[in-house]
Amino acid sequence: MKIPDLTELALRNLRESLLRNSLTTIGISVGVASLVAMLSLGIGLQQLASRRLVKSGLFDTVFVTSRRDLRNYDRDDQRNGPAPGESRILDEPARKEIENLPNVIEAYPDIRFITELRYQDKPHLTMVSALPESAKSNDAFEGMQGSFFSSDTAPEVILQKAFAEELLGKTSKPGSDDVNVAELAKPLLGRELTMRYAQRQGSQSAAETNRNTSTTGKENTLSGAAYSVVSREQELKIVGVSDLDPESMRGPMRAKVFLPLKLGESLHIMQPTDLRELARAASDQPVYSSISVRVRNPKQVQSVEDSIKKMGFTTFSILDATRSLRQFFAVLDLFLGIFGSLALAVASIGIVNTLVMAILERRREIGIMKAIGASDGDVKRLFFTEAGAMGILGGIVGVAFGWAIGQVINLGTNIYLKRQSLPPENFWAVPWWLVAAAITFAFAVSLVSGWYPAGRAARLDPVQALRYE
Amino acid sequence: MTRDKNAIRTEDLRRHYRMGETMIRAVDGISLQVRAGEFVALLGSSGSGKSSVLNLIAGLDRPTSGNVTVQDRDLALLSREELAKYRLHVVGMVFQSFNLIASMTLAENVELPLRFSEVERSKRENRAREALERVGLQARMHHRPSELSGGEQQRAALARALINRPKLLLADEPTGNLDSHTGTEIMDLVREFNQQLGMTVVMVTHERALAERYAERMIFLADGKLVGDQPNPVGAEQVMQS
Repeated sequence: MKIPDLTELALRNLRESLLRNSLTTIGISVGVASLVAMLSLGIGLQQLASRRLVKSGLFDTVFVTSRRDLRNYDRDDQRNGPAPGESRILDEPARKEIENLPNVIEAYPDIRFITELRYQDKPHLTMVSALPESAKSNDAFEGMQGSFFSSDTAPEVILQKAFAEELLGKTSKPGSDDVNVAELAKPLLGRELTMRYAQRQGSQSAAETNRNTSTTGKENTLSGAAYSVVSREQELKIVGVSDLDPESMRGPMRAKVFLPLKLGESLHIMQPTDLRELARAASDQPVYSSISVRVRNPKQVQSVEDSIKKMGFTTFSILDATRSLRQFFAVLDLFLGIFGSLALAVASIGIVNTLVMAILERRREIGIMKAIGASDGDVKRLFFTEAGAMGILGGIVGVAFGWAIGQVINLGTNIYLKRQSLPPENFWAVPWWLVAAAITFAFAVSLVSGWYPAGRAARLDPVQALRYE
Repeated sequence: MTRDKNAIRTEDLRRHYRMGETMIRAVDGISLQVRAGEFVALLGSSGSGKSSVLNLIAGLDRPTSGNVTVQDRDLALLSREELAKYRLHVVGMVFQSFNLIASMTLAENVELPLRFSEVERSKRENRAREALERVGLQARMHHRPSELSGGEQQRAALARALINRPKLLLADEPTGNLDSHTGTEIMDLVREFNQQLGMTVVMVTHERALAERYAERMIFLADGKLVGDQPNPVGAEQVMQS
């Protein structure tokens, strides 16, 4: 029999015992719905987690620190390779070298320091960090009031909202409603701040003391680089107030006040690392505590990391962290999938039952078909098609059903989140591949379930089948 | 090549069933020949094995021993698949209980064998209409069997048996469920097929009167054995007359 004929006959047969076949199909759709609901919850949670990470602009960033920095991220790295004391200093030549590696967009030093800012003659102590121009496109500045720095050297600052509150003398109560950033920004934008900082000033006087350095164990007969530290002030204009939550951010984003990077560099601000490297400093050039390297594509992060490691630095990237995250979600999806499939397994027993019943009921019909020339294969294919049709139909209804369950749960969760003063989130994702896979899976399960009944129907003896009324 | 002039030939045909401890010899060594175009009645009481013989000729059942040859085909040598093809193309069957599929209209019932032989849809519809016209049911094409009388249902079954233009018509008590008037109508149709289309007819019946009236030859069975085989001048005469 041809496939269109087969399908037509199968659908007709399904309509004949409409109630029973509908119930079986509903059974399949409940199974598919539970599978889809479970998996889309898993996928949705995974996407939520990765979205958070991608937004922070971390997937394409490698953090480089010197091995000399004993607070390194990766302890394993420390044990391999040269001893910290003998390894390279993370200075300007090293930064340039990293920036020239293939697939690197930029490598910029993390300039971060704690200093005093004066606003309307009141001192405020806070963490200041410098941002490269590229941070402008970062999603982190999505909800910012005002504008980004007019240039990379402009004497301008962007405030984090908590610091803006501090300047205005407001204190935010934890758990209270979101602070309106626009309201905070209004009195502050365009105003001036005075930043007080410690500047390193190159000095030609070689009258510094020469000392033995215990780290190298060598008599230092060279004259070390020398510089003096001078207290300076810098006027800065407030151009923006961001609604970043510093606690959720990393690296330079954790500060409460941001400067343009080039301005930060030109100020030669004394940083804690300078003090640590003071004993070994060979020039008055700055030494960086860490460098952020932006890579063209997250896929190239690994190779860039490897090349930087070869240069003798310690690297860290979030990809290391997401690897275990992905593993976690793979296991979670597997478990959710197994639980979801259980309902489908029960439904498949329903298919077997329905078809076996149908054989008993349609015994005579099968006998007639065989008597007038239907082959075993025709009968078998007819039952397979009936099982398959129930599977596809149940699959389609089930996917729609599962999607609807997801929407309802998502809505409910967001109402709850709103009551808790949290922003709404999408926990639910039904990607197209899941829709296709669920329907295909339902189809496959129904075919497997149809195997035994179809075989049994095909083997039916027509003489026996026609004997009884 | 010498072509067998017999349409059907059975040799020492046996069909035994085991029923618990006892062996039932439904067909017990029957040898007979039916010429092409002949109208034969198989007569016997209930349990004489006449339906079993018919099922063996129809390829619905396989013999325990002996063989059936239909139009030079030894049915014992055919695979299940080939046997299905044989039933589809060589044999048309009608039954006492009509055996139409209740969920289908007459037209769909009649064209069902054409679906199995994978005939195109448009051709199928035409041929089903022609077959139904032949038995005078064109007006009831789109009715379901339950909406029709017994006679009409049997006529539809005849149309279905005809649809693949088989050479052999096997009828198992075709008038058993019909009153005598309707039964006559059906038998007239069967004779028409026999004479106009040249179909070989083997009809199982327990009504001797019916056999005498229509068949050219009567074969008597009892306890699975052949107990009589005689030409029927009356039936043959009627054939001559018409």
